[in-house]
Amino acid sequence: MISEAIVTYSNASDMLIYGAMAAYAVALIAFSIDLARLADRSSGNNRKLAGVGQAVTWVGFLMHGVAVLLRGLAVSRVPWANMYEFAITATLIAVAVYLGLQVLRDMRVLGAPVTGIVLLILGAAVTLFYVDPRDLVPALQNYWLIIHVSIATISVGVLTVAFLISVLQLIVDKHDRVRAAEDKGAASTQGASAAATDASGAATLASDSTVSAEAVSATATTGVETISSAQAGTDAAPAKGKRTWQRILKHVGTPQQLEGAAFRLNAIGFVLWTFTLIAGAIWAEEAWGRFWGWDPKEVWTFIIWVVYAAYLHARATRGWAGARAAWFAIIGYACIIFNYTIVNVFFNSIHAYSGIG
Amino acid sequence: MSESSTPRLPRLGVRGWLRWVWRQLTSMRVALMLLLALAIAALPGSVLPQRPQDPGEVVRYLEENPTWGEILDRLGFFDVFSSVWFSAIYLLLFISLIGCILPRTKVHFKALRMQPPKPPRRFDRFRARQKFEVAAQPQEVATVANRILGRKYRSYVVEEESAWAVSGERGYLRETGNLLFHLALLGVLVAMAASHLLTYRGQALVLEGRGFANSVVDYDTFEAGPWVDTEELSPFSFVLERFESEFTADAEARDFEATVSVTHPDGAVETQSIRVNHPMNLGGTKVFLSGNGYAPNVTVRNAEGEVAFSGSVPFLPQDEVYTSPGVIKVPDMGGEEQIGLAGSFLPTAELRTEGARSIHPQPHAPLLVLTLWAGDLGLDSGIPQNVYELDARNMVQISQDGEPMESGAVPSTITAELGEVVEMPGEYGTIEFNGVDRFVALDVRHDPAIFWVLITSLAAFLGLIGSLFTPRRRVWLRATRTDDGRTLVEVAGLTRHEDMGLEPEIMQVITELKAQLSQDRDGDEK
Repeated sequence: MISEAIVTYSNASDMLIYGAMAAYAVALIAFSIDLARLADRSSGNNRKLAGVGQAVTWVGFLMHGVAVLLRGLAVSRVPWANMYEFAITATLIAVAVYLGLQVLRDMRVLGAPVTGIVLLILGAAVTLFYVDPRDLVPALQNYWLIIHVSIATISVGVLTVAFLISVLQLIVDKHDRVRAAEDKGAASTQGASAAATDASGAATLASDSTVSAEAVSATATTGVETISSAQAGTDAAPAKGKRTWQRILKHVGTPQQLEGAAFRLNAIGFVLWTFTLIAGAIWAEEAWGRFWGWDPKEVWTFIIWVVYAAYLHARATRGWAGARAAWFAIIGYACIIFNYTIVNVFFNSIHAYSGIG
Repeated sequence: MSESSTPRLPRLGVRGWLRWVWRQLTSMRVALMLLLALAIAALPGSVLPQRPQDPGEVVRYLEENPTWGEILDRLGFFDVFSSVWFSAIYLLLFISLIGCILPRTKVHFKALRMQPPKPPRRFDRFRARQKFEVAAQPQEVATVANRILGRKYRSYVVEEESAWAVSGERGYLRETGNLLFHLALLGVLVAMAASHLLTYRGQALVLEGRGFANSVVDYDTFEAGPWVDTEELSPFSFVLERFESEFTADAEARDFEATVSVTHPDGAVETQSIRVNHPMNLGGTKVFLSGNGYAPNVTVRNAEGEVAFSGSVPFLPQDEVYTSPGVIKVPDMGGEEQIGLAGSFLPTAELRTEGARSIHPQPHAPLLVLTLWAGDLGLDSGIPQNVYELDARNMVQISQDGEPMESGAVPSTITAELGEVVEMPGEYGTIEFNGVDRFVALDVRHDPAIFWVLITSLAAFLGLIGSLFTPRRRVWLRATRTDDGRTLVEVAGLTRHEDMGLEPEIMQVITELKAQLSQDRDGDEK
């Protein structure tokens, strides 16, 4: 009886993961077309497809959540004791953070990257990391599994979204610099650009963000249009790609806004990571009789912690704040992915819990 | 001297140089570089085998890469976290931290005792500002505003030339938390150093039914920090009553439990269990279950049938199905010659044409597979030797015919099932496989500083939360009489970091201020 229930739960969980992946794939397509349409001048500011993407993401998120729950029921424990379970739970958190962010501000431009990276990780999880539900080896039978690993999972989920925002920040920042350089040359367009900057500045201060955001984008559009028409005659071909970016990026926000959003998430992620590290040390003391032993997994946890600490310091260092600091957050996230994949699978670690191979 | 503005290079002198180095070291930029260096320096510690973790793997690496291995070894790459360069980086980082934190602590203490700065003359340079008019008198506006702000802010009222103003500041916890975090990190480092000095740890292998007493002689391996008095270890002892293990059908471990009866230093006796993740704590000394295995119980008789050896010999498991190599040493066979029986213990043996192998860790079909050696075991040489390995330097392997091995001969193979008495080749006698005992490998550790490692880590964690999530804000209000007899109220706020909450908070203060003012007014009219 019991084993039948386990199989049923587990199969249902697997099916729902595939269902969630299908939904995220549809959302990814909708978000991508939305981005493409943002880039296309003629379609204006119609973001119906972003709404579709958002709705489908919610559907995927619900299926994803139930899948994680069923996986937990199938094994009668927390669903994050091997790489597969860690992946499905961390991606669930990432989607939750993304959906939660929308309450604060329209960040639907993040929809395509978020669903993209979640699909990528889930794809790797079902093809490379999948293991049948099973009980725990004695080393994992501890309530610290609930505390240490759950916080690590949430941390990774949060830092995933923070990473995407940092990437976006760098893109916008680069683009702004290019534009600033162009603006210097083309004096006639300066007024328009200033109008656009003022408009985005106003958005920062506006109390009612949804209403004013539309007003702002309308102002910004006129600004951009002026720039485009001013440039159209001179260098139409190379400017076309840049203009495409401009139209997308005006929905993203200023580098400062993105920096602020990325920082908040990175700060939360860093605090959670610090907790993961301390909780891990307490558990290691109970399980292995030493709180810190420089096992490869511990080395990488330490490296990740130091890189994010460097990120926080860089933000406060003159000449490093902004784009340069963002690079630290990106390197930190790269270390997390390395820690999760390469270290788990190939390094000779006592943290080996992947359950594969 | 260094302030000289002439184009000629100023002479710094020793003190000047030191000051320059100190200033560099305590700058944020250098701290950032050191953090990066620390992350990069830790990398080889995860890629290369490390002596403290896996000395065998280091030896193998050195054999496979003689040239590079030698160079890396000299540079400390096989013990990265004790190497000079790694230590240098983190020590510099901590010096930089001290140099940065101490002055800031001083400044912060001062700020904590002082009133927030006076309201700036003009508010229009602040991004967050509001303006409105009320009927109330400027002084009343300032007093009420001070009362509202005072709940969250450290605030006070100032009478200016032609106006009344309020200055408030909140979020001192931000800097307090930041300083606590950094000082606590320093505490972690000190606590870890203390842990290194005061810790002792040892490993002991204990057979079922046998005892262990906490003294250096009872350990198989023992290491202690420089400040540990090895004569004064906590005098507890215990006997391993039984050991139980549980595995799935496909040999995955599910549960291990050792039951011991402990005699405390005060003479009290109690039964306790030790499991993976659940060490036994004896007054601050922890006993961990780190491994387990089988000790076949055998009786060896010489050719005359006299008992030459009888007892349980631990064989150390080396894989998940507990294939356990080991050696039975028999120094006294009644004559000059000593013998050693080296081979493997297989808990659940499966016989195949190419030999026997174990297929499950539980003792469902135990089998001993041994080969016979004869000669001098080297036990009397005075040099400590590994009890789990045969020192074959003065021994020869015996062939299946009972003769010393020559090329072409078949080496002796003795297989004994449980309860079986097997004839050894030649005139060496018999070996009887009486039974299987269990043994546990225990790690004993005493670390009086670990509590402080935990406390300082948690302090750092709390400090971090305070420093990252406490908003630090200043809010000012100025109430000025207008020409038409009303009062112009201006409010401005400042924050030096990402703070989405400043403007909503200003709006909230204004709403409350207006409400309270109109309430007071209503009250006056009645």
